[in-house]
Amino acid sequence: MFKYFPHTLEDEKEMLKKVNLKELDDLFSDVDPSVKIKDPNELNLPLSHSEIELRRKAKKIANKNKELICFAGGGSYDCYTPSVINTLTSRQEFLTSYTPYQAEISQGTLAYIFEYQSLICELTGMDVSNASNYDGATAAMETMLMCINQTRKNNIIIANDFSPSVKDVVKTLANMHGINLIEADINNIDEYLNNDLAGLLLANPNYYGEIKDYTSLISKVHTSSKALVSMYVDPSTLSLLKTPREMGADIACGEAQTLGIPMSFGGPYLGFISTLSKYVRKLPGRIVGMTKDKEGKRAFVLTLQAREQHIRREKANSNICSNQSLMALHATIYASLLGKQGLKEVAKTAYNNMRYLTEKLEETKKFKLLNKNPFFKEALFETSFDVSKFLSYMESKDILAGIKVDDNKILVCATEMRTLEEMNEYVKLVEAYDVR
Amino acid sequence: MYDKLVYELSKNTKVAYSLPKSLIKDYALPKELTRELPLDLPEISELDCVRHYTNLSLKNFGVDQGFYPLGSCTMKYNPKINEEIASLASFKNIHPLQSEESVQGLMQIYYETSQMLASLTGMSEFTFNPFAGAHGELTGLMIMKQYHLSRGDLKRTKVIVPDSAHGTNPASSALCGFEVVTVESNPDGTVDVNKLKSLLDDTIAGIMMTNPNTLGIFEKDVLEISKLLHDNGSLLYYDGANLNAILGVAKPALMGFDIMHINLHKTFSTPHGGGGPGSGAVGVVEELVDLLPNPRIAYEDGKYKFKSTSPLRVSNFYGNSNVVIKAWCYILTLGKENISNVAKYAVLNANYVKESLKDDYKLPITNICKHEVVFDGLISEKASTLDVAKRLLDYGYHPPTIYFPLLFHQALMIEPTENESKETLDEFINCLHKIAKEAIEDPNILLDAPHSTILKRIDDVRAARFPILTYKDYLANKDQF
Repeated sequence: MFKYFPHTLEDEKEMLKKVNLKELDDLFSDVDPSVKIKDPNELNLPLSHSEIELRRKAKKIANKNKELICFAGGGSYDCYTPSVINTLTSRQEFLTSYTPYQAEISQGTLAYIFEYQSLICELTGMDVSNASNYDGATAAMETMLMCINQTRKNNIIIANDFSPSVKDVVKTLANMHGINLIEADINNIDEYLNNDLAGLLLANPNYYGEIKDYTSLISKVHTSSKALVSMYVDPSTLSLLKTPREMGADIACGEAQTLGIPMSFGGPYLGFISTLSKYVRKLPGRIVGMTKDKEGKRAFVLTLQAREQHIRREKANSNICSNQSLMALHATIYASLLGKQGLKEVAKTAYNNMRYLTEKLEETKKFKLLNKNPFFKEALFETSFDVSKFLSYMESKDILAGIKVDDNKILVCATEMRTLEEMNEYVKLVEAYDVR
Repeated sequence: MYDKLVYELSKNTKVAYSLPKSLIKDYALPKELTRELPLDLPEISELDCVRHYTNLSLKNFGVDQGFYPLGSCTMKYNPKINEEIASLASFKNIHPLQSEESVQGLMQIYYETSQMLASLTGMSEFTFNPFAGAHGELTGLMIMKQYHLSRGDLKRTKVIVPDSAHGTNPASSALCGFEVVTVESNPDGTVDVNKLKSLLDDTIAGIMMTNPNTLGIFEKDVLEISKLLHDNGSLLYYDGANLNAILGVAKPALMGFDIMHINLHKTFSTPHGGGGPGSGAVGVVEELVDLLPNPRIAYEDGKYKFKSTSPLRVSNFYGNSNVVIKAWCYILTLGKENISNVAKYAVLNANYVKESLKDDYKLPITNICKHEVVFDGLISEKASTLDVAKRLLDYGYHPPTIYFPLLFHQALMIEPTENESKETLDEFINCLHKIAKEAIEDPNILLDAPHSTILKRIDDVRAARFPILTYKDYLANKDQF
């Protein structure tokens, strides 16, 4: 017997008898022998591990990873995860249930998705949100398709100051789908603002942490073309920053990992998309709506499903089915715990920390700030030394000093998690760093 | 019944957090970049928060609570040890762009999981960058397209999809810029080889197949089909949604498939999380490994390394790492001596249910099924499949998948995984017999079901006609509730 298989020999015999077969292998008599695994011993798998052995082995492997004091961002940020969150998200009712198709016994999931949609709309200023996307990059990619589907045009501009990996994800799909994707400096897009333009994808903050007011640019795009503007934002900054809605964007999307989700080597994270009411039917993926049951009680249910793959097949807005539901719960609980005031405090701490660190780094004369605009959480610096060597040196001091952008450029980030002591230590190490 | 939204608990100035006092000065934010919109977020205490989400959770139903025979979703048990290991601090507190030297443990897990899946499927290498099954399909189709393009074969613009396929197959094909060609099924849902032949020409990039198919039937002609496609210069994509049926028993690569995805959140026991995070790991044969999306993980000179060999990228980083860790735990726990029993017991369970219910429920396909069985409603026709499903709620079961596959009008698709005991199945079977009897004796019990759930039947037409999609929408329409 094995712990995940409850069949006793007697059960097995009785069940085989019921199905008129002699042995388990007879269940696969319709499978051609040439495609079968003749002997499981040939498989390149270890022998079964007991729980004790598995735990021991996993710990040994986990210890080969190094937890560092994190001054790197670039799409993944060290942020505060209140203890309450894991206690609640690991409840089996949330963790082990499926997509809430059976509304009567899925009201918990449906209610938190409704709360999540409300949260995303509150932060971005938009009217409607879907139930989540895989990550920020795939969310950006889906908003490109929304622009195409809404306008029936085929030209998309993507700002060149997006994160390189987000750009690559968008480019990959554009190539496959046959979309004419133009990567451009946002100060230089006039020649593309015409009737063939379907959409403009902006990043705010951009890859270098810079924040800008895009109000007049967006207004120019809207008057000179019928294009939609999708703005990629960091929701953890939006309690303080001018929202995509206030700037006139049509779609707000991005990565919500910053709402308390651990870095976890790049995932699971939380992509999001929100938009204006008039574009709700172009949204990809699940949407939850409020309705009533037969007795008039308030109830939640998956809705507007005529956009989706299981109804529309090749004509669907998107192929997305499973998304990142549990991470949406994670972010919703985070925002409920922090509330209006806490979100502002966290955002302001991150903003202040990065301003402080920048001042101190510039004082060393070894770091030169390259950002020309205000910035949030992270900034790009030119260094007087080789960045790769500096990163290894700092790693030997248990610090992840940033992300190498090229040989003499480094992207440095300070979130709300960095203490004064840690920042001062970083600066001290830079001061002491032997450039040779 | 608890019926609150978190916004309805809010009271000005309450807090549920504590943050360290800032020791540095306050820097002003430029005014033109400052939010002016009001920010309405809940203000509650920590206990308010804990009670609220605990109460919400109690309105759900999970695998730990009871039998969850949702066809095509493989709702197996999610082992607890996997959760414990995946949440180790030195897996969680790791930035994705740390140096290779500082993430060797995670890279080892990725690499070993890829190797083990390769051994089980006959593929050469797997990527874990795709986040879910449909994302894996899209990734696999991108590889297929890139393969043809890289050979200068520009005519291959179509993908064949069986009419019995999951909706994600045609949707993924369209997203990838392919034209979808539908091939009709035989009465038993398998691909009609003659009809397939008539579709083949030099515009066909490949075919997407689910095997066993969405009716739980093994494609008996799969070897002939793969030969036909390969002779035509086309590739075969294996949708791994139903891999649980053959895990450790047969290999998709031996059937002739070139590209496949695996839903780790189905076959490899990781939890569904109410709709993600999952993982749509994509595997390919040797000839296609360099097209796997960037970055890949290799093992060279005793060290794990990232490498980029492809023009494709599908995720910001490397997918849902904690799902990969859980799948790794699951494979090690099973080991080579137990892994083939996954498929065997899953298939035994499905056939046992099939044979036990055929006197009350129409069984359109009588052959041996694989991991799931599809009925076509009650023989008595006194109530619909929807009514049966709703009545099952009263008896404490999660209902099976209903009205899919579309080939049968009253489809009721039951997938009992290998984890379910004979006792559980017998109780469930008795319950479905009882419901069949109720349908004849007092059909209204079914037509009005569910009776015992916290809510009665929900008006989803209203939800679509008057969309209330946020708390703000609700406040603006409160008089209607």
